[in-house]
Amino acid sequence: MNRLDALRGTTPPKPHDARAIAALAANPGCARRALMDGAGIDKGAVAHHLGFPAPFGQSPFAITRGNAFEALVKADGCAELIRMLRELLGLPIDEVAYHDVLNVGAHLRHAHTRTLIDRAARGEGAGTLYDHPLFALAIAGHTAYLEPDVVAFQLGGRFHIVEIKSFAVIDGQADPAAVAAAARQAAVYVLALRTLLEELGHDPLRVAHEVVLVCPENFANRPVATLVDVRRQLAVLRRQLARMTSLDRLLDALPEGVTFDLAPGEDGRPARPVAELADAVRTAEARYAPDCLSTCDLCFFCRDEARQEGASDLLGRAVRDELGGVASVREALALADGSRAPAEGQEEIARLLRGAERLRRECLA
Amino acid sequence: MSLLTSLARLRAIDEGIAQPIATVRHCHLSARPMVFIPLKLAGEAAAPLAAMLGTDPESPRLLVVTQPRDRDLRFAWAADLAGELLPYVAGFTAETETVERRNADPYERTLDAPQLIVPNRAGVAFTRLLGRSTRFRRTDGPYPVPEGVPLLGRWLTYFAERAAYPGSSLMLAATDELARHWASGQSALEDANLAALLAWITDGPDDAAEDPLIWPPAGPATDPGFDAEVLAPAMESGSAERITEALRTQLEPTWRLVWRAIGLLRGLEPGASVAQRWEQDRGSFSGMVQQLAEGGPPQARRDGAVAAAARLARMERAQAAYEVQRAYDDPLVMAEYRLTGEAFAGEVVDTVPDHTEGEGRSRKLRPLVTVKTDDLVRIAPGTSLGTPQRRGQGAELVSASDGLVTLKITKGMGRGKTPAPGAVPEIGERVCYSSLTGDFQGAAALPEPEETPWTHGGPPEPYEPTDEDAQEEWS
Repeated sequence: MNRLDALRGTTPPKPHDARAIAALAANPGCARRALMDGAGIDKGAVAHHLGFPAPFGQSPFAITRGNAFEALVKADGCAELIRMLRELLGLPIDEVAYHDVLNVGAHLRHAHTRTLIDRAARGEGAGTLYDHPLFALAIAGHTAYLEPDVVAFQLGGRFHIVEIKSFAVIDGQADPAAVAAAARQAAVYVLALRTLLEELGHDPLRVAHEVVLVCPENFANRPVATLVDVRRQLAVLRRQLARMTSLDRLLDALPEGVTFDLAPGEDGRPARPVAELADAVRTAEARYAPDCLSTCDLCFFCRDEARQEGASDLLGRAVRDELGGVASVREALALADGSRAPAEGQEEIARLLRGAERLRRECLA
Repeated sequence: MSLLTSLARLRAIDEGIAQPIATVRHCHLSARPMVFIPLKLAGEAAAPLAAMLGTDPESPRLLVVTQPRDRDLRFAWAADLAGELLPYVAGFTAETETVERRNADPYERTLDAPQLIVPNRAGVAFTRLLGRSTRFRRTDGPYPVPEGVPLLGRWLTYFAERAAYPGSSLMLAATDELARHWASGQSALEDANLAALLAWITDGPDDAAEDPLIWPPAGPATDPGFDAEVLAPAMESGSAERITEALRTQLEPTWRLVWRAIGLLRGLEPGASVAQRWEQDRGSFSGMVQQLAEGGPPQARRDGAVAAAARLARMERAQAAYEVQRAYDDPLVMAEYRLTGEAFAGEVVDTVPDHTEGEGRSRKLRPLVTVKTDDLVRIAPGTSLGTPQRRGQGAELVSASDGLVTLKITKGMGRGKTPAPGAVPEIGERVCYSSLTGDFQGAAALPEPEETPWTHGGPPEPYEPTDEDAQEEWS
């Protein structure tokens, strides 16, 4: 059995979606996360079983609104979308065609998408919108299937990924965090489509690095399309995926026979003793940072671990960098009050900490 | 973040309680602030759901949109909000003082000004959006809105803009102000949670602060679990009372927290420059009142090139002044500059009070002062210095070595042959000098808006509110 499969055990693998793949780039230094994602482990389920459920949830109102907006953009064979693409990309009026890949049935969707894209790249079906395509991307030896909102193929010979999001663009400005997340996600689709074109023997660069982001404008439901450059996100993503193919080194560092298996019983509920699972998870080193709180399902577990260790990681990267590599809270405080002599290489940070301690004492006396 | 603050955070983890990072309060606190806690409907850009507001901790006003997707109910809510907020604002316009200005006509400045306090930064951002979605409306014509709504929009926009202005206290976010005065043992990201930050300051960290069932989020976003399990069924039932009571449970805990935060900040003495910054706030507020009285148009959607450059320059100057004032007001803030060598403090060990420079008529009094300090000084000779102990005075570093710094006083010595008593520090006095001074570069000269060069889009179209703006959808 594959070592990654052994890590997952009898629990069924969790398919990666674009959001999960995009999140891989968030904390590339974390071995725990790389291993779990590589093995297709459901981190949310693990966190829940460990007693540290993830703090994420989506409001039903947000889901309803998101679906309603997507339906509006795609209504009547993407009529609204075609109007916007025509303005934005100069999609020629007489060349527009709409193709819903979903028509062929789910099991064939990926094969069908391949055929359609191949045909388009050969110059047939110009100006076509492909709705519900299904791409594949290899993540650490596993195939992840991805569903972009729409792919547009322009006469000029370039494919454009279209991403539909329901956050508003107000007077030309949107929430930067939301735009960044959308760009990371779209980059995953661009990469998947480029990989597909390459496999089919076409030029991968025919997929534009500018994606079309469709959002509601101002306070109304009217959609507006904007081009977003995702080159930077693509570079980060490629680097991270390349790293994930070399999980062997991380696997070698794990003790013999360790597994993150939830050991689901017959009812599908995890039956693994919690303490045992927690010990197993701790064998893979985490690199907790406060940013994890918004991206990773395991964040509360890792934060708790960092607290118990008294790690300065708890305070965020800015503080950790300022402490110049002093990893523990106690060590830093001992250097500050002089009760601990600096190790080699710590002289400078120790001098600064002692200075800071002296000044704080003087000012608060 | 500075190393001094980082050390305070480490100490907070170790002791299990937040540590002070300021010895005085750096924001103005009104005697009668208006606490404003808005909630919005998830998934929408700016659909208000509810707000709890008021000036009396014992009697908050709760305003609820019982059907958030109904445009009429939304504007009725905005009208109710205007009914609370506009009289509060108007209450500060009556009493004024006349301020003389150099090269300009005197103007009337209000003696006090309103102050809006929201729980967090997201509250400020939502206030801005509420302002944006209401200020262009009209009370007549097609799609009229209730009286007061457009004016409310202009005030909300004004407050949100001032919140971004360094040192202004017209609109405060409770988490920001607390974090400016205390270092918790958690990350800056987690400090944005008001319940968690307050727990660190008062009783020590508490996991309950992150449990939405115990401490609901301080808004404007609601807890998704609450949306799914309480709010959605209540809206389904169509019972206005049920929706109102559900939202009350989400707002009341935060209401108590914000007032607690105000109480904690009140416990600190105000810094010496706080009154001066509040004076500028009063001036700005008076200007806004004046603009409205003269019937000016609502704030434009976006600044033109010249207006944007001018605004940026103003904010940069305000930021620099704010940083200097905080350091001069607060030894603990000045300590950050001492740590980096941009300031030093110590005891005066020698003085030459009648030292002079120049001959004859250009002979000037330049007293010399030598200070013994433990601080590492990284200031080049000839650099201008200022001191919190004698704010009008300017000095210049002469030499610094082996813990002894000699400086000469260059400004504020008058024309006499001997210094006025007290003007030169005495031997034995503790003093602090810093290369951080209030002298900034003047603003770059900007062209008039109508002379905006083509590189910057040419002269902007003067903003005229249009029917389209007034009738903009809000769905």
